[in-house]
Amino acid sequence: MADVQVQEQSKGGKKKPKKGDARVDMTPMVDLMSLLITFFMLTAAFSKPKVMEIVLPEKIKKNEKVEPPKIADSRTLNIILGPNDKVYWYPGKADPEVTVLQETDFSATGIRQVLLDRNRALFRKIDQFEKDVIAGKINIKQDSMRSAISQLKKDDDTGPIVLIKAYKTAKYKNFVDIIDEMSIVGIARYIFTDIDWIEEKLVVDAIGRSAATTPSGSAQ
Amino acid sequence: MPKIKLGHKSPRIDMTPMVDLFTLLLTFFILTATFRPQESAPVDTPFSVSEKPMMDANVMTVLIAKDNRIFFNVDNGPDTILKFRPKILTEMGKRYNIEFTEDELRLFEKTGTAVGVPIQDMKKYLASKDSDEKIALEKGVPIDSTDNQLALWILFTRQVNPAADAMIKGDADVEFPVVRKVLDILQDKNVNRFNLITNLRAAEVTEEQIAE
Repeated sequence: MADVQVQEQSKGGKKKPKKGDARVDMTPMVDLMSLLITFFMLTAAFSKPKVMEIVLPEKIKKNEKVEPPKIADSRTLNIILGPNDKVYWYPGKADPEVTVLQETDFSATGIRQVLLDRNRALFRKIDQFEKDVIAGKINIKQDSMRSAISQLKKDDDTGPIVLIKAYKTAKYKNFVDIIDEMSIVGIARYIFTDIDWIEEKLVVDAIGRSAATTPSGSAQ
Repeated sequence: MPKIKLGHKSPRIDMTPMVDLFTLLLTFFILTATFRPQESAPVDTPFSVSEKPMMDANVMTVLIAKDNRIFFNVDNGPDTILKFRPKILTEMGKRYNIEFTEDELRLFEKTGTAVGVPIQDMKKYLASKDSDEKIALEKGVPIDSTDNQLALWILFTRQVNPAADAMIKGDADVEFPVVRKVLDILQDKNVNRFNLITNLRAAEVTEEQIAE
């Protein structure tokens, strides 16, 4: 197919017919094509960005008289996204006199540890469930695994209810990170709410405190 | 002793079937490769552990650039005959008493880039050939309460294509209040389910951490 057939020229009979047929060397073409194929394959496989789904509760309209749901103080964990990739948290209800914000960060030993401490029971349950599925103890279809896990989360009544708030200088990155932590640790209930003035004041205090301790720490 | 005769010519491998196969594969990959239009503003998306791939059609994307400019993008729908983009632009034009010509609508349909211009500048933007001029016009979609064009874009997108899912593609360093405002606008239009576009990063909770 690739051989170019050289036709004998009989016209006039002056020219000598060429011997043998001209072959086209296909190797460079193959080289180029494999290169292109590799390129297109890789771009097709890796170019797709991922998405993270979040669902926010419906807004309560101003003229509607709907009481926001009440939750127990003992199960609440408040997380405030602070400036400079810092996270502040406190349990229960904010009291300007008593509450002291704990400062931590987004590393594996930071906020994840805090959440894990409070959510250990549920996390174990989910982890055990996943292991059982892999080991073949529980026979379940891949599609229904997600709903089974979300059912486990729904039935949970010991884990924390996390309220996430953002201070005004928090970055979008922090927002994504904290939702990420929720899914890593398997928190069943978390909600995004606006920060209130008490918490804003607490954050300002906490920033002031850490600013006061840092210079003395570096002087030592 | 009889001698084994060796051929004088080096053996040639016929590459033709290989070329055939490669051409086929190449054609396949070129055709399946989705053409991604040039983004108007560079956006470094944050990382997350989510492994859900992004949907191809039925999406409206709100881009938040590093300098807090807002861009809005919407696709043509799963089928090219649906032509969602020109329909949405026509609705938008009607609201602001701007009539877009057939050519302008077609141009808007073809270019898949995000809208980053106020609707008043849209005609000028579509007419300009120079890319520098286009960039200069891209001041971002207004989101303040006096002229909330983003809300209208969302509203008309939902009217034209009710199946459209909201995507948010924000730069990692955007300050949160801007994101909150975009979320608020979406929620005002009864969009409560968002997809945040992120890059994949692995994260695991180790055994020790559970056991502790």
